[in-house]
Amino acid sequence: MKPAAFDYACPDNVGEALTILAERGAGARICAGGQSLGAMMNLRLMSPEVLIDIAGLDELKSIAMTGGAIEVGAAVTQAELLAWPDLAKTQPLLAWMLPWVGHYQTRQRGTICGSLAHGDPSSELPLALAVLEGEVLLASRRGRRVVAAKDFQLGMMATDIADDEMVVAARFPTAQVGAVSAFHEIAQRHGDFAIVAVAAVGNRNSVRLGVGGVADSPGVIELKWPVNNDQLNDFAWSLGGADDQHATARYRRELVRRIGRRVVDEVRDALS
Amino acid sequence: MWRTGKVNKTNNNAWIGRSIARLEDPALLRGGARFADDLATPANVCHAAFMRSPIAHGEIVALDTAAARAMPGVVAIITGAEMLAHSAPFITGVKVAAPQYALATDRVRYVGEPVAMVLAHDRYRAEDALEAINVEYAPLTPVLDAMAALEGLVLHPDTNSNVLHERYFSYGDPEGVFAAAAHVVAGTYHYPRNSCTPLECFCVIADYDPGEDAFEVTANFQGPYTLHTVMSRSLKVPGNRLRLKTPPASGGSYGVKQAVFPYVVALGVAAKIAGRPVKWLEDRFEHLTAATSATNRVTTLRAALDKEGRVLALDWDQLEDCGAYLRAPEPATLYRMHGNMTGAYAIENLAIHNRVVVTNKTPTGLMRGFGGPQIYFPLERLLDKAAAELGLDPLALRRRNLVPSGAMPYRTAPGALLDSGDYTTSLDRAVADGGLDDLLSRRDAARAEGRLYGIGYSVVVEPSISNMGYITTLLSPEQRDRAGAKNGALATATVGFDPSGAISVAVSSVPQGQGHRTVLAQVVADVFAITPKDVSVMTEHDTAKDPWSIASGNYASRFAGAVAGATHRAAISLRDRLTLIAAADLNVPPDEVAYGAGRIFAQHNPDNALPLGRLAAKAHWSPLSIPDGAGVGLRETAFWNMAELTEPDEGDRINSSGAYGFIFDFCGVEIDPDTFAVRVDRYVTMHDAGRLLNPMLADGQIRGGFAHGLGAALLEELSYAPDGGFQAGTLADYLAPTVMEIAELTILHDQTPSPFTPLGAKGLGEGNAMSTPVCIANAVSDALGREITALPLTRSNLAELMLEAEPPGKAKVFHGHALEGRGSTAVPASPEEVWAILLDDNRLAAVIPGCHDLVKSGDNSYRADVTLGVGPIKGRFAAKVALQDLDPPQSLRLVGSATGPLGRSEGEGHISLHPTREGTQVDYAYTVRISGKVAAVGGRMMDGAVRALINLFFKRLVSQTGVREERFDPSFWERLLALLGVNR
Amino acid sequence: MRYLEAGKRHAVRFTLNGELVEGEAEPRLLLSDFLRQTLGAYGTHVGCEHGSCGACTIRVDGKAVRACLLYAVQMQDRAVTTVEGLAAPDGLNALQAALQKHHGLQCGFCTPGILMSLEQLLEEEPGADEARIRDVLSGHICRCTGYHGIVQAAVEVFGEVFGKR
Ligand code: FES
Ligand code: FES
Repeated sequence: MKPAAFDYACPDNVGEALTILAERGAGARICAGGQSLGAMMNLRLMSPEVLIDIAGLDELKSIAMTGGAIEVGAAVTQAELLAWPDLAKTQPLLAWMLPWVGHYQTRQRGTICGSLAHGDPSSELPLALAVLEGEVLLASRRGRRVVAAKDFQLGMMATDIADDEMVVAARFPTAQVGAVSAFHEIAQRHGDFAIVAVAAVGNRNSVRLGVGGVADSPGVIELKWPVNNDQLNDFAWSLGGADDQHATARYRRELVRRIGRRVVDEVRDALS
Repeated sequence: MWRTGKVNKTNNNAWIGRSIARLEDPALLRGGARFADDLATPANVCHAAFMRSPIAHGEIVALDTAAARAMPGVVAIITGAEMLAHSAPFITGVKVAAPQYALATDRVRYVGEPVAMVLAHDRYRAEDALEAINVEYAPLTPVLDAMAALEGLVLHPDTNSNVLHERYFSYGDPEGVFAAAAHVVAGTYHYPRNSCTPLECFCVIADYDPGEDAFEVTANFQGPYTLHTVMSRSLKVPGNRLRLKTPPASGGSYGVKQAVFPYVVALGVAAKIAGRPVKWLEDRFEHLTAATSATNRVTTLRAALDKEGRVLALDWDQLEDCGAYLRAPEPATLYRMHGNMTGAYAIENLAIHNRVVVTNKTPTGLMRGFGGPQIYFPLERLLDKAAAELGLDPLALRRRNLVPSGAMPYRTAPGALLDSGDYTTSLDRAVADGGLDDLLSRRDAARAEGRLYGIGYSVVVEPSISNMGYITTLLSPEQRDRAGAKNGALATATVGFDPSGAISVAVSSVPQGQGHRTVLAQVVADVFAITPKDVSVMTEHDTAKDPWSIASGNYASRFAGAVAGATHRAAISLRDRLTLIAAADLNVPPDEVAYGAGRIFAQHNPDNALPLGRLAAKAHWSPLSIPDGAGVGLRETAFWNMAELTEPDEGDRINSSGAYGFIFDFCGVEIDPDTFAVRVDRYVTMHDAGRLLNPMLADGQIRGGFAHGLGAALLEELSYAPDGGFQAGTLADYLAPTVMEIAELTILHDQTPSPFTPLGAKGLGEGNAMSTPVCIANAVSDALGREITALPLTRSNLAELMLEAEPPGKAKVFHGHALEGRGSTAVPASPEEVWAILLDDNRLAAVIPGCHDLVKSGDNSYRADVTLGVGPIKGRFAAKVALQDLDPPQSLRLVGSATGPLGRSEGEGHISLHPTREGTQVDYAYTVRISGKVAAVGGRMMDGAVRALINLFFKRLVSQTGVREERFDPSFWERLLALLGVNR
Repeated sequence: MRYLEAGKRHAVRFTLNGELVEGEAEPRLLLSDFLRQTLGAYGTHVGCEHGSCGACTIRVDGKAVRACLLYAVQMQDRAVTTVEGLAAPDGLNALQAALQKHHGLQCGFCTPGILMSLEQLLEEEPGADEARIRDVLSGHICRCTGYHGIVQAAVEVFGEVFGKR
């Protein structure tokens, strides 16, 4: 189980990384922590021609508050964000969800933005970004652009990142005053990909419910209070989902109904 | 006659029975232990990688290795043709025409079956070359299910059935008893495929000496050494020309490393052809896919009971699935338990119907519990069912049927000689000491709150020290007569003093983490009244230099009973001789000689003493001074065997094992009513495994077995898709319990020594792999009030068992499995136009996703080079497409396959065109089968990928009609292509 | 920019357990292979090569990471610690000794990786409770022990270390 040959580029700045991307296009792959990429390359599911290692780029290592959002640079590891002292008070949902991302050891190296770019529909960070309505900052030699979460992940491991682009940061809006969030995840084992992960953010008017693990990308729905079971049922069905060796589509829908209920009720109770 | 010297009484058994820290640990903890992959290899060693079948069943039509051979760093490529030329098929216990070689020769029969082997300068380059080998398969219908195998396509053409073995057994009068019984209960149970997956994978280093026509192989093989004969015969050399060595440390096995043996042959042949040493280190993907598995078994079990709940007879119908080939020692899984098919119970009448089938799955082999979980799951489930039907308490029913106190040794109906124990007393003690009453009130309290809480029990006898003759029970008595008797369980051990007077031990067991060095040092330390640290225990084994026999190896829990026993024998013989030497030197009669604190002294005059080492050295330095009768050369090899382990008798009664431990487990589980997650709340296990040599290590073995049992109950399955694709290729798909899933375990012991083993010890490391799966299943059944007939009890599986009809939803979703489906799409062109596109090579090429090159290969059939994938995962495939059943312009069938390094897919679509006002409504139905690497590691992604590809096909069809359809947003179009990784 | 071509070997230098080590590696050479095959540091084991088992866990600049998901060339100028660097050749450190005492290892194949994770935790969170220890251990698979002795050993050491502060 060894990767195919690749060139290794360790740029000194983002500009150099973008130059390689512009030159090599789809043959190049950004590697930040490499926790998903490395495994897939070892299995030869992916064989990029050039690997661009951005883990050491200082300009991508910042966690900052900008315009009501936590902006996380592309080289910030999951462990670093988890250890960021302001996390729990500025965005408690992220603080709850991060410990569910992989394991202690993979969080030391795995990055926030890398997980978003990987776009696994069962992982937590794409769900967090979707339910919080965050944004992703993309850069290429052509310029920079900001993509809203709903436009970012297109499907199973598919995102809006063009071949010459890279993620430079992700923005997670901070919690609004009076907003409440909740999160539950059902996986076969601790640290496994979610069978179903449900996150919600609510205020006095409505609750936004997001589900990972069922559809090809996180599903999000905004519901006015009170939320009834029929709405959850329709939401569950709308996500579709498929059978795999770990769970049936039906079980997944059932979890959306049941865990969705649990999460929505937790938000409601916390609000009252 | 001389009498044996005595060990000083105060020191007697100072070490055996004590939980001393392990001698193995310091090296392991410092990273200094030497595992197989750590051993130095010669500079000219080359590295092997295997090309494996991506499909479950098919003929190999063409195998082209030329491009791979020409790649940089490639030394040689070995295929089935070379195996046919240089090796013989593996011999098996059942004589059937189903030959297996180390590489497939003409047909592949399971996903992962080795097809070719690349030898290269390093593993990276070997894997590069694998991608350049082209194999063309003609797929055959796979046979996956054991029941279906009875009728399905025959896997081995020279046999006329997939049933490779069938026998009926009858003990007592089962028919009569069933006919007259007050109650008969029955159930059908399915034990799944799983594996203990040691953390260290297989490793083989092979070399060949053409001058001697001899092979030298180092492998992390674990025995049984019956397989040495299988390997040497396959390599076409006598046993003395296959020198097999094992490394000093081994990273776990639990039976699994028995299955390295086909690779010993593969690497041996490779070394012979390459003319240089060859090394192969199995990777995890290979291991999960193709190493080995427990047998999956379908059992229909009936029990006849009287009104009081006494079980009068059992009737077993066992259908054993050994995978694609019967690989030695299979079908041993089916027979290892033969003597104890009555469990821990006194049941006089027994019928057994055994069948073994082959299916298109990985061949099976040794696995912790070997045969145990397969019988105790049905037996202990059925007893719960019987108790429920009779209105009895399940524990009371079990207790009533136990082999009675005082009956030991007890001969079971099928022939086991249960050696020792007091089952009822042990059970009662566990109930008291394990806190069953408390657990029962816990259940009451939970249930009063409406929670799902259940209690399960299981009672098991755990056989250890396999009788080498048990497998011959599968032969008829006449066949056995012709074949000659097989029996016994020969163990060997060597203990010797070197010229410095230091003591060493070598045994023909190959430990894989059990702490053999520590225990043997304890045994020998007691014999000579020294400390374990003074004893050096060699754990490498070398068939060219160390004594061994067919039963050698580390399996069947034979260490404590047989191997430690043999070591004790050897040490005693050695001490007898040393005593003679000492008696002469100390000038006392031998029975005056005593041992203590590293010295030998006169019992009644302790000052008359010599250091033990000095006396021992004397045998080397001054052999002429050794008294008559003491013999020269202080080294003793003991061969120990057990008289009770006779071959099966004419009535097919077999004492299949040398010792039988007793286990009684009970547990409480709680089930989350929303998620159906099972939490094991309490678990108590009571063992009577005879005398415990090192209680700490014994508990370690029990905990390890428990972890495997818990995994088998709740999580683990080597699962296959219905089309034969293997689905658990990574440790993210094969779910071994982590520290979060494991439960606390209360361990209780009784210690009734075995009268038949030298130290009174029995095996105990496998028991919980037998007792735990069913104990948890029984508790889950109790909690949910449902019959449990299959494992593992994953959340999803329990949900499917429990959920009522699903509330309908508004959204229109795809029903069923996306790999099989139907749909409909509107195309803004007439049916004739659509038809024309589909039948035009160039335009068809533009419609097929990822198609680079479409070449006509016949009437309406094509070959193409396509790039397909999900997101960043993409690969090139050689595709074949054919249009069939043409009914212009109304319907056709599109049949295709794609093969590449990522795996293989086959699909078939039926397309019908219906004119509408806007153009054409295209209805389609398709089935897709995907196997190989992507299926094994990317099961989660498969459905989405297939659905997207099919959508893409139709989008492209629409775009071929020339209509710029507004509904198709171009950016979406681009994204979709990106999603599929299609290079336009 | 450091740009290393595929198929060629490039010099790599880093400190391993405090000592400067050097070797040559193709870009794709996994760090686990470099440690074991090039440097002969066999203490780090490989159990899956896809980041799931934890056997290959080492520390890079103090962080416990999977060596099978890193490339040797990424280690340039970094500080790598492996199990061989935990104790003097004739001694055991506290976690090692506790694992032996509590029979927290059988085959010992998983042990080096587990030690490296626990070492980081002990340095950074000596007050970690059993739940936290379990959470960290859940990134490791041990097929032998059922984890009992590993948890006991860690809980004991963390308790002692924290108690002394
Ligand atoms: S070998 Fe690296 S995590 Fe398994
Ligand atoms: S001790 Fe063997 S895997 Fe942990």
